[in-house]
Amino acid sequence: MAINIHAPSRRELLLASGALFAWAGMPKLARAEGRDPRLLVIVLRGALDGLATAAPVGDPDWIRLRGDKALKLEGPTPALPLDGFFALNPAMPNLHRLYRSGQATIVHAAATPYRERSHFDGQDVLESGLTQPGVADTGWLNRALAALAPESEVLAHSRAAFAVGPVTPLIVRGPAPILPWTPPRLPPATDDTVMRLLDLYRHTDLALARVLEERMGLAAIVRAGDMDTGQAKANPGGGVAQVRSYFAESAGAAAKFLAQPDGPRIGALAFDGWDTHADEGEVSGRLANLLGALDGAIAAVETQMGGAWRETVVALVTEFGRTARINGTQGTDHGTATVALLAGGALKGGRVIADWPGVAEAKLYENRDLMATTDLRAVMKGLLRDHVRVRDDALATSVFPDSAGVKPMTGLVVSA
Amino acid sequence: MAISPSHESALALHRFGMGPRVGSIAAIASDPRGALMADLDRPGAGGFANPDLLTSGEAARAMFDFRQERKAARLAARATEPQSAGASAPESSSAPPSAITPNASPDTSMSAPPGQAASKPAGNPAPGVPQQLYLEEARGRIEAALGGDIGFVERLVWFWSNHFCISADKGPAVRSLCGAFEREAIRPHVLGRFGDMLLAVESHPAMLFYLDNVRSIGPDSIAGRNRGAGLNENLAREILELHTLGVRTVYTQDDVTSFAKVITGWSIVPFKQDPIHGGEFAFNERMHEPGAQTVVGKTYPDGGVEQGRAVLTDIARHPITAKHVATKLATHFVADAPPQALVDRLAKRFLETQGDLKELAKVLVTSKEAWDAPRDKLKRPGEWIVGALRAVGAAPPDIRPVIQAHNMLGEPLWRPPAPKGFSDDSAEWMPGLAERLDVANQLARRVGSLVEPDAVVDTALGPLASDETRQTVKRAESRPQALALLLMAPEFQRR
Repeated sequence: MAINIHAPSRRELLLASGALFAWAGMPKLARAEGRDPRLLVIVLRGALDGLATAAPVGDPDWIRLRGDKALKLEGPTPALPLDGFFALNPAMPNLHRLYRSGQATIVHAAATPYRERSHFDGQDVLESGLTQPGVADTGWLNRALAALAPESEVLAHSRAAFAVGPVTPLIVRGPAPILPWTPPRLPPATDDTVMRLLDLYRHTDLALARVLEERMGLAAIVRAGDMDTGQAKANPGGGVAQVRSYFAESAGAAAKFLAQPDGPRIGALAFDGWDTHADEGEVSGRLANLLGALDGAIAAVETQMGGAWRETVVALVTEFGRTARINGTQGTDHGTATVALLAGGALKGGRVIADWPGVAEAKLYENRDLMATTDLRAVMKGLLRDHVRVRDDALATSVFPDSAGVKPMTGLVVSA
Repeated sequence: MAISPSHESALALHRFGMGPRVGSIAAIASDPRGALMADLDRPGAGGFANPDLLTSGEAARAMFDFRQERKAARLAARATEPQSAGASAPESSSAPPSAITPNASPDTSMSAPPGQAASKPAGNPAPGVPQQLYLEEARGRIEAALGGDIGFVERLVWFWSNHFCISADKGPAVRSLCGAFEREAIRPHVLGRFGDMLLAVESHPAMLFYLDNVRSIGPDSIAGRNRGAGLNENLAREILELHTLGVRTVYTQDDVTSFAKVITGWSIVPFKQDPIHGGEFAFNERMHEPGAQTVVGKTYPDGGVEQGRAVLTDIARHPITAKHVATKLATHFVADAPPQALVDRLAKRFLETQGDLKELAKVLVTSKEAWDAPRDKLKRPGEWIVGALRAVGAAPPDIRPVIQAHNMLGEPLWRPPAPKGFSDDSAEWMPGLAERLDVANQLARRVGSLVEPDAVVDTALGPLASDETRQTVKRAESRPQALALLLMAPEFQRR
């Protein structure tokens, strides 16, 4: 349904700013020579399991930590080797290809300054760029755009930040104009949402639980009939194919806009579904499906960017990681450090960047999570400074306030 | 178990109202019953003023003119283009209403990714006059439901509108009139007398079209003798079976036939005859069956339109009608199988007050049974949709997605599948739960990241929220997921 919010909410004004379609300023087609950088940030909401995305297969404690759920270089679905120490989830062959051609970088054991474990608060910190949750109406990506000098090459084409979704993600809200785009079809409720609802019904309302179960069984049958591949499982909510197409369509559309001569150069979108508490399915199942869809989204960006891909960085970030160990339901709970995935032709890639803390018992944060050794803001500041060319002083104040002590990571992009 | 005052105030809003908005549970916590009573006492309660909406006569004539023009255009097109004979002329070339979503770019060519921008043709033709009228009226109705502090009187409007339902699916005439019908026949009497509402309903052009009375002709009337018999029992039967006495009660087939004769001539001013008043109610003496008729044990001498009024006045006061109405009210507001004591009290009050509907509403509010019943009733789709919009404080800029949500959930607005109206039995709505999740998900994906889920739990449920629901919302992986789960929680689905 199409909706305007009228609740007295601290975010109320932001929908309005998103609705403005404030594509201010004249598009200038003047640029012919020189740099023309693009930055697309994809927020993965729900907390991505970094250890199941890029596994420390060379860490002596790795197998002990995750047992038969540990990604390995051997076996029927071997992980994809990265640098001899880390290996990529086999669901991401495209990212692996980019990595091998120097167009992807994986930053590991990274985290925002947030050290609690609430999704909403963690997402606020990740997207606002502040150190505390719940106080921001603007996001760091938008403020970075607003901090650019008027003569910046990024602003020569469009002054707007591109945002995908019916509601502009916090990361891209702010003083700079926003060019919003809504996919024609929003994804259905995820399997995860259905399972959570079913769990609630089973504890509180058995009649509703029964109805939902029946409908789920029916949906699974219908879907199995639709797909002859046999890979369709009981997916009452968003089927794998629907998720894949939504990811690819959204990311591909963003790339089309960013590739246009007079289009925006900065954009953001968000994908949810990463909160894998139970039956994580890291090599076949839920997480593998999601990572595969994400891999397809990266491929869609590369395709739609065309020649602009060589000046592109796609940054995939999440609010926090997950517990290092597998929990009692074959999943992982909310954790701390995780990965940030970078892809794009502008990267000096083919590297895993990590000040690796190790996964031995004693090395885990609060005896449960991967320790954060890299501040995610350093990565973002590095990209913003060297790729987008945001000034250092702005990065330390308006973009990531109180972050003077967090030095921008150097050497992430080719042109730096 | 004693119910806490704040618990009662949340219950009042869900069971009797349109659902809580920000702060409304607290606002009426000191006296929930008093707040419901005050809703009944508001000046102008039940009505809403919108000078842009047409009267039923204006709407009917607009519909008639539109169809005449379209017919003429078709004939003209056929005359000038013999090759395309039979192809219908485009209704209009004007652009479809602008962007569906609030933050989509107003320029639709830019809301598609480049490269696809030009791939889509101009879109659907603008809706015809009947559909435009339907959508305008729908917007008015939804806004009235979203706007009220409590919405008790709006719920009563919805109840009576469903009791005396018509369906836009009957055709362009009813589609054009269904909003005007509710505003003209239901709203003015929602806190008045049942008999007055009955008379207004059964003489309204929308009802006369819907149940075919416009074409019912007395066999011995002037028109009947000229054209052959043309009695149509549809309206007479439904008045007795659905609107008043109730099915299988004190009437017979002979009563239906006699009553149908009584109301022959209850029709409309022909459009072609009278461009000023065409489509308005008119008693057509030439169609009216002459002579006395006996209906439910009483003989009514012929008196033209007064004969039908007399029958309606009597059956409106009938004890069996009182019982029927009392049962339906209690079933709608309180329980699928309502407490007999409550039904009896409502029926008694109905008879004591000659069907004073405000008094019946007061009985509901003041009856212990109406508060003590467990919260087992599944909200009907419309209540749930409006309740969800109120809970998040959202106002739809475009009414069509709200209408589509009603359609998806099996309660299309003013389009019940039969004259019986939409069911008030929870069991019939249970299978739609999965579709509700779709709607909740769509709404949550649009507004979920703009709200604080914990705050919406407090707004929407307050003391009604179970620990499990609070935990489920708190642990959701994102705000949109949290909102979808909240809207699907049993405490928000049931009332």
